[in-house]
Amino acid sequence: MHTVMRDEAGQPGEGAGARRAAGELEAGVLAVLQAAGRPLSPGEVRDRVGGGLAYTTVVTILSRLYAKGVLQRRKAGRAYVYAPVADEPGLAARRMARVLDGEADREAVLARFVSGLSGTDEELLRRMLGDPPGPAGGG
Amino acid sequence: MHWAVYFPLVIPLLAAASAGPLAGRLPPVAATWLLAGSAVALAAASSAVLGLLALTALVRIPLVGAAGKMSEQVLSRGDPASVPVAVAAGVLLAAAAAGACRAAWRWTAALLASGRQARRLPGAGQVVVTDDEAADAYTLPGWPCRIVVTAGMMRALSHPERQVLLAHERAHASAFHYLFTTAARLAAAANPLLRPVAAAVGYTVERWADERAAAAAGDRQLAARAIARAALASAAAPARPASHAGALGAVTGPARMRRAGPVPRRVAALLGPPPRPRRLLLSAAVLLVAATGAAALEAVRDLDGLFDLARAAGVS
Repeated sequence: MHTVMRDEAGQPGEGAGARRAAGELEAGVLAVLQAAGRPLSPGEVRDRVGGGLAYTTVVTILSRLYAKGVLQRRKAGRAYVYAPVADEPGLAARRMARVLDGEADREAVLARFVSGLSGTDEELLRRMLGDPPGPAGGG
Repeated sequence: MHWAVYFPLVIPLLAAASAGPLAGRLPPVAATWLLAGSAVALAAASSAVLGLLALTALVRIPLVGAAGKMSEQVLSRGDPASVPVAVAAGVLLAAAAAGACRAAWRWTAALLASGRQARRLPGAGQVVVTDDEAADAYTLPGWPCRIVVTAGMMRALSHPERQVLLAHERAHASAFHYLFTTAARLAAAANPLLRPVAAAVGYTVERWADERAAAAAGDRQLAARAIARAALASAAAPARPASHAGALGAVTGPARMRRAGPVPRRVAALLGPPPRPRRLLLSAAVLLVAATGAAALEAVRDLDGLFDLARAAGVS
């Protein structure tokens, strides 16, 4: 997401770079809406995407995603609130996860962000984070 | 054919023993290229010399020797490999070939399935967020690769930490890390001695993506924290929110880290200084692999010379 971060720092790219940045912003906004679990107003989206995006930029991205059929919207007060269309990405991804779960080599082809932790690993990580030690939910 | 023929069979043992330390000491990009490349080269070299040894048994079957017009006397005198050794080599080679074919078939099927699914995922962007409560995030290899993050993982991380996660997964996708891991695993399927090397490649591609994400964020501490929090979240034991501010690290000695799993080691690596080039170590490792390849070639030439001699003796 470094392209987005560059934009946030106020150095928008040009040409292909700008197109790519726009695509990444759209992906970020879509991700926020998918994670929200309820329709969001442009202001709420801007707050959750973070990084000081202009309100008008967020509205432009939302309108573009709406025009692409990725988002649905309805009037709430003076503004629109937006939500992903029928959570299709979620459905498809769950279906995919089921399909891949059935295959023995799923783990081998997926590049996981974090692999499994042993009990010692968990304790180590907690200490690195400065968490009080103890089992999950212990404090 | 002397020691040269056995050299490529011994070096994988050394590679297996040194893969872990190399993965921890070399910069991740160099380590990934070195380890994946070595795995493939060593698997090829060890299979080649197994083939040579098996061949020496084959030509001593009178019918085969006669068909090649070779002198049996010259063959048995000039060849150091006893018949049992050669037969054992033949059996091992057959097992290696079967293992590699089976693994190649399975990996291809898994990669194709993953690519199909990655293509089928809707949405305009590379990133797909599922509404799954369990915290998880992964890259699906494909054309193009897609990044799947669950809502549970999104919620477990702060916004800057999410940026790290996405930068990490994007690095996997854009640098085709699955090709490195697949190549190393295929090599390990052909020569099981190389399994630790394949495991080390799995670790170095994670480190590669970690360093890319840390560079994109411009903050190694942040990257380390993102990984630690994500790991605890996916272990269904999320870090308590109070842990946000404190500085990481300085709680573990090297002795404890040595026994730690890959995730704490990744976090510790990010908390340390950026990796140094270590050209000497890298050159030494590359030289050793090159020497192994040369030894295999030498063994081929040696056997070829022996066969020429046997053929000359067989004709006269």
